[in-house]
Amino acid sequence: MYEIIEGFLEAFRLIITFDSDVMAIAARSIVISLTATIIASLLAVPLGAAINFGTFPGRKSLINLIQTLYSLPTVVVGLLIFLLISRVGPFGFLRLLFTPTAMVIAQTILILPIMTGLTISALSGVDPVIRDTLRSLGATRLQFLVNILKEARFAILAAVAVGFGRAISEVGAAILVGGNIAASSFASSTRVLTTAISLETSMGNISQSIALGIVLLIIALGVNLVITTVQHR
Amino acid sequence: MIELDNVSKNFGDTTVLAGVTGEVNRGEIFAVIGPSGAGKSTLLRLIDLLDTPTGGSIHVNGLDIHAEREKSLTIRRMMGMVFQKPAVFNTTVTENVAVGLRFRGAGRSETRKMVEDALGMVGLAGYGDRKARTLSGGEMQRVALARAMVIEPEVLLMDEPTANLDPVSVEMIEDLVIRINRDLGTTIVFSTHDMYQGQRLAHRIGVLMDGAFAQVGTPREVFTHPASRKVARFVGIENIVEGIVVGGENGSTVVDAGGVRVRAAALNGPGERVALCIRSEDIRIAPAIRGRRVFDGNILPGTVTSIVPRGPFSRVTVDCGFALSSILSWKVVDDLGIQEGSPVVVSFTAESVHTVRQG
Repeated sequence: MYEIIEGFLEAFRLIITFDSDVMAIAARSIVISLTATIIASLLAVPLGAAINFGTFPGRKSLINLIQTLYSLPTVVVGLLIFLLISRVGPFGFLRLLFTPTAMVIAQTILILPIMTGLTISALSGVDPVIRDTLRSLGATRLQFLVNILKEARFAILAAVAVGFGRAISEVGAAILVGGNIAASSFASSTRVLTTAISLETSMGNISQSIALGIVLLIIALGVNLVITTVQHR
Repeated sequence: MIELDNVSKNFGDTTVLAGVTGEVNRGEIFAVIGPSGAGKSTLLRLIDLLDTPTGGSIHVNGLDIHAEREKSLTIRRMMGMVFQKPAVFNTTVTENVAVGLRFRGAGRSETRKMVEDALGMVGLAGYGDRKARTLSGGEMQRVALARAMVIEPEVLLMDEPTANLDPVSVEMIEDLVIRINRDLGTTIVFSTHDMYQGQRLAHRIGVLMDGAFAQVGTPREVFTHPASRKVARFVGIENIVEGIVVGGENGSTVVDAGGVRVRAAALNGPGERVALCIRSEDIRIAPAIRGRRVFDGNILPGTVTSIVPRGPFSRVTVDCGFALSSILSWKVVDDLGIQEGSPVVVSFTAESVHTVRQG
């Protein structure tokens, strides 16, 4: 019990003093997950729009599959990417294993289904009368799409936030393809908040783990605040 | 201007429209009235190219609108539509009204001017910077009307535009419909289940029943000379009595209605089965003792079966072999001193009896 209280006190000290190790890990987490979220958004929004407004055989099954992949286990994604980019894998020549790039790829794939699925929900949630109104006002296909996206902007923003939350909080893929490496340079290190917590806890550095955990929660809270502020404006 | 030729529409196994034929003239207000589920919305959506007909054709300005795929955007841009449910985009009032102009690539200053004019027309000048979602239903519907009108459409389609609104907003929208038609010459097609709204606004009415026009005509024609028993019922004729034509007398037809003889204006051949439509307003009720033959019409003795209040009037139903209802003011009911069971005499002219053939 005493150990835990001490851990918290030490954690606060690390945060308040902007401990360089903790801050570097936090910054790396944000950079990697944000990159993955941006790439996933660029893919998920057009993909979601295409699936929502498209008419093709197997559309319903595809949506079901996407929804099933919401709960895609992170280690499975990690394993898949690991197999693809390991030295003996088909993309081994790219030498991506244990790099931040590999982590970005893994997180992008991990959050793509949930962001696509939530984009589909966001678009299909737009009032049918709004869709009819746009068409009756003489919108071209592109004008129609742009305006539907505008109407659904807050719901799509929520989808982006959910994606970022899943990316920054996952540990399985990050550790498998990243390797939790603390290299000398910021860019070649792959130690992020979740993998660091995992390592520090196993090594008994409770205070370090608690500090990193609190930072992770603060980031989540920050994202949430940004979203709610935008939605209420 | 708009020609409907045998237009039909099925949704799966459900037939919504089964051969609608009719014409809307340029510059007129045309009301599509009919009970809920008659296919009014579907018909307007087909005209606005929001749905595709299963059969038949719709011509606008001589153009078969569903056949010319590559011209569909041009055709749609000739028309504006207001929907039953007031719906606005999640942005300012100004941006809402400007959408159609933006689609057409209008310039910035032109757009601002036109949006201001449109908002002024619907009585929402100064509302431009408000968030459209914060407006009341009636105000939203006026934004929708401004949004449809700012593009200066040749045809304005309105699908039950006042169905969800309070009475004051209904009146505003109705005034706007009349003003738009009168001042801008816009052809307006609107649907309503409120026959009185049809009567108030329309130059002509199409009564849509069972997927087709049961009757097309001026409000007066539809309300006084319904084409069928169903139309008569829908336009609020309370007294519909079945009978068989037994002969003619002095230029009028005599109909036997369950043993009671009724004189009607129309000339039908003997033996024909008809339904007699008599408006409650045309039926007079007098105490039995004064039942002398004073005019060359119908005078039927009977007994009062019910007196039901309806607004400032009472609906008095008399059994004279068949039930007939009349609308009397409370004062008249008091003066007559009638109550349930009172013997009375019901009278109405032969001209007020409209006969329709039983189909």
